[in-house]
Amino acid sequence: MGNNNESNIHVLKNFFRANIRQYGMFIALFVIMIIFNILTKGTFISARNLTNLYLQTGYIAVLAVGMVLVIVTGHIDLSVGSVAAFTGAIAAILQVKMGLPTIPTIIITLFVGALIGMWQGYWIAYRGIPAFIVTLASMLIFRGAVIRITNGQTIGPFEESFNKISSGYLSDIANISGMHTLSVLIGIVAIIAYVFVQFKNRKTRVDYGFDTLPKFMFVGKLALVSAIIMMFILSMALYKGIPYTVIIVVLIVGLYSFITKKTPIGRHIYAIGGNLEAARLSGINAKKTLFTVFTSMGVLASLSGIIYSARLNSASPSAGSLFELDAIAASFIGGASASGGVGSVVGAIIGALVMASINNGMSLLNMNISYQYIIKGLVLLIAVWFDISTRNKKK
Amino acid sequence: MSKQILEMKQITKEFPGVKALDEVTFQVKRGEIHCLIGENGAGKSTLMKVLSGVYPFGTYTGDIVIENETMQFNNIKDSEKSGVAIIYQELALIPEMSIYENIYLGNEIKKNGLIDWNEAILKTRDLLTKVGLSDHPDVRIKELGVGKQQLIEIAKALSKDVKLLILDEPTAALNEDDSENLLNILKDLRKNGITSVLITHKLNEVMEVADTITVLRDGKTIKTLDCHNDEVSEDGIVKLMVGRELTNRYPERIPKIGDVMMEVKNWNVYSPSDSNKKVIDNANIIVNKGEIIGISGLMGAGRTEFAMSIFGKSYGSKIEGEIYLKGKKVELNSPKKAIEMGISYLTEDRKEKGLILIQDVKQNITISSLKSITEKGIINDNEEIKHANYYKKAMRIKTPTIETKIMNLSGGNQQKVVLSKWMLTNPDVLIVDEPTRGIDVGAKYEIYAIMNKFVAEGKSIIMISSELPEILGMSDRVYVMNEGKIVAEIQGNDINQETIMKHSIGQGGKKHGK
Ligand SMILES: Nc1ncnc2c1ncn2[C@@H]1O[C@H](COP(=O)(O)OP(=O)(O)OP(=O)(O)O)[C@@H](O)[C@H]1O
Ligand SMILES: [Mg+2]
Repeated sequence: MGNNNESNIHVLKNFFRANIRQYGMFIALFVIMIIFNILTKGTFISARNLTNLYLQTGYIAVLAVGMVLVIVTGHIDLSVGSVAAFTGAIAAILQVKMGLPTIPTIIITLFVGALIGMWQGYWIAYRGIPAFIVTLASMLIFRGAVIRITNGQTIGPFEESFNKISSGYLSDIANISGMHTLSVLIGIVAIIAYVFVQFKNRKTRVDYGFDTLPKFMFVGKLALVSAIIMMFILSMALYKGIPYTVIIVVLIVGLYSFITKKTPIGRHIYAIGGNLEAARLSGINAKKTLFTVFTSMGVLASLSGIIYSARLNSASPSAGSLFELDAIAASFIGGASASGGVGSVVGAIIGALVMASINNGMSLLNMNISYQYIIKGLVLLIAVWFDISTRNKKK
Repeated sequence: MSKQILEMKQITKEFPGVKALDEVTFQVKRGEIHCLIGENGAGKSTLMKVLSGVYPFGTYTGDIVIENETMQFNNIKDSEKSGVAIIYQELALIPEMSIYENIYLGNEIKKNGLIDWNEAILKTRDLLTKVGLSDHPDVRIKELGVGKQQLIEIAKALSKDVKLLILDEPTAALNEDDSENLLNILKDLRKNGITSVLITHKLNEVMEVADTITVLRDGKTIKTLDCHNDEVSEDGIVKLMVGRELTNRYPERIPKIGDVMMEVKNWNVYSPSDSNKKVIDNANIIVNKGEIIGISGLMGAGRTEFAMSIFGKSYGSKIEGEIYLKGKKVELNSPKKAIEMGISYLTEDRKEKGLILIQDVKQNITISSLKSITEKGIINDNEEIKHANYYKKAMRIKTPTIETKIMNLSGGNQQKVVLSKWMLTNPDVLIVDEPTRGIDVGAKYEIYAIMNKFVAEGKSIIMISSELPEILGMSDRVYVMNEGKIVAEIQGNDINQETIMKHSIGQGGKKHGK
């Protein structure tokens, strides 16, 4: 048996070494949350505050998902804050001034976002202008445009149905012992689905005769992930249930994770970021891929604009300032590499949660906004330093 | 002074999942040329990186003794101070800078705290003479060919008062003349008391210059041979390297040549930077089914440019001419289109143009064939792993797993990955540009066998190679290029060294058959 144990330890060691960067982010997030919980004497990790935290993360999380892909291709997008503000204002004009119902308002706004993304994608991919320049120009252009179309005024309020995007919760079937039952059910279904898919994958790998994780680790992984899903669900179920914003973010994350990991276009994105010339000679249409990535960024920026203006229940000319920096920081904290080719959607979300936790925790502590900037800057620096040093050690 | 300039004792170096060096012993005598040889992944480069401080003291076990003193290098600067200089296969010169700036980069001559460029230029002139170059120190690196650049690397090493010069596959990218020239420089340096360690897969070079040979296999020292006393033959060395007898360098093949597969007509290509400069001048070739076509020529003859312009116009501007595939005229406007139509191109520059170094073996193998493993828009991971494992086995790619990053593979094994990638695209015409660059003798044989099997299925290969023996050993027909023109088409018994060389240097007269 001793032998077996030893090999188990060996497997564990290799597993952690291979995954330390991925888990490092989770651990960092966890540590930050615990620290704030102690400092706030338990307020931070309360269902009410966590739900609030998720709502604050929503509009940055959506941007971070788009941004991480842009960064993986080796580019950057500085315009997302201005674009979110501009599209938020478009939504407000459509609904408040022109009286359009919510669904058409959302569709048209997302479409405007797509057009803006295509405009930038055109210059970057087909005209070869550096993304830094193109998006810096757009940052100015759309900031100007939003002031123009709003006449410098705040426009609001939206209809209730629009406002619900950011303030509504999944309605409940029955409230049992203070818990949002439907949310808990969704959590259970999610866990069952997760376990089922994992078992199925494991079985196909065995059928193909490939290596799999040893049983004890496989079960451990299932238990850990299930526990995290349940904790996440409970942090909302113990308050008002799952907010619509969280549903939107989870869907976006799921969709983009899937695209990046399981589809050819996802592979193409990583390939052109990893080695543009080799990717081209491998038969990848690099221009089209880049164009697509910026178009998707435009759509997500307008979605962020929708979520944010729904949250404020109005669109203002100064909305979205510095969003781009939060989204970029989130991507890097989440393990993206500035030289391209590396980064993950889930990582970016964790990064967004880290940034939002710092905002939220420090506001709870009534600390001056100046400290928030300083701490956020330091966390970004330390996170990337940690990332780079673990990466080198692996070599 | 001791007779031994360097002694490496019991060196062991491990990477996650691989023991690259296993108690290796390596001794170098003062003033000799010592060839370090072995299969791909045997640990040659790793051993030299340990020696030069790339892998610092503490990351390996064992001792490095230089002139009776045990050394602990923490970085390359440390080893340079002890007179060790290493020249990597990938050149580390800065193309936009002049020769003298490159030579003294990081090692500037200072006078009163300022860089003394005049002194640098004077000294550079001396150094250049030592390596047999007469170029002006002002010339920028990008204006020189690879052969000269390699010599400049040596000059740079000499500027640092080198005692022990290490060259990791310096001739892999050089043609025969440049290789010969470089070897002669090493011999000259030997006369001046400079010791060299030479890593190479070209055994004729080993036979020509080596005083001593050390063979590594699977991270272990197999044998050290003294060329002046021991009986040394190419076949004997090969046996030590691969651990078995290898009677033939080129596997047998009975050509079964079929109809025309591809025809390129009146092909003209202009330089991408200067659209008045013709790079390829009215080239015509025919490729038949089941045939291996060799394209020979000197460096700069336009072979790579020709191949890349055919492969989806990935080189050049204002491309004119026609391509017919199986009798049908095709327009190949992008590499993507070319691959779809059944043409693949293996680049000569695997690091810059062939591989995504930060991705793993499996992703690199499947990147050009994602379509075939995608069902309903979703990549089938298991199919992907299956293909990758197949090639790992078929090509004997030495890697811990198919999920290992490419940058952690040895050079030759990286080459096998690129070849696998193009095999998987299942082309009708496979263009290979220096397919065995940096590959050991045993693996070369395997790659030739794979090429033979490929054409036996009625497909075609166009092989660009600067290694004449490879052209002679593998081709059914040879086109020779010179200054962007196809100057000769050679078949049958005419395929021999003299004929090819005569045409390569442009003295073949007008013999171009159609
Ligand atoms: N940084 C690294 N990380 C992990 N494994 C490595 C690393 N560098 C080398 N290796 C492994 O160590 C072994 C020896 O590699 P090395 O580069 O020394 O081979 P080599 O003899 O120079 O081969 P080639 O002739 O192909 O250049 C190989 O199996 C290689 O995969
Ligand atoms: Mg090597």
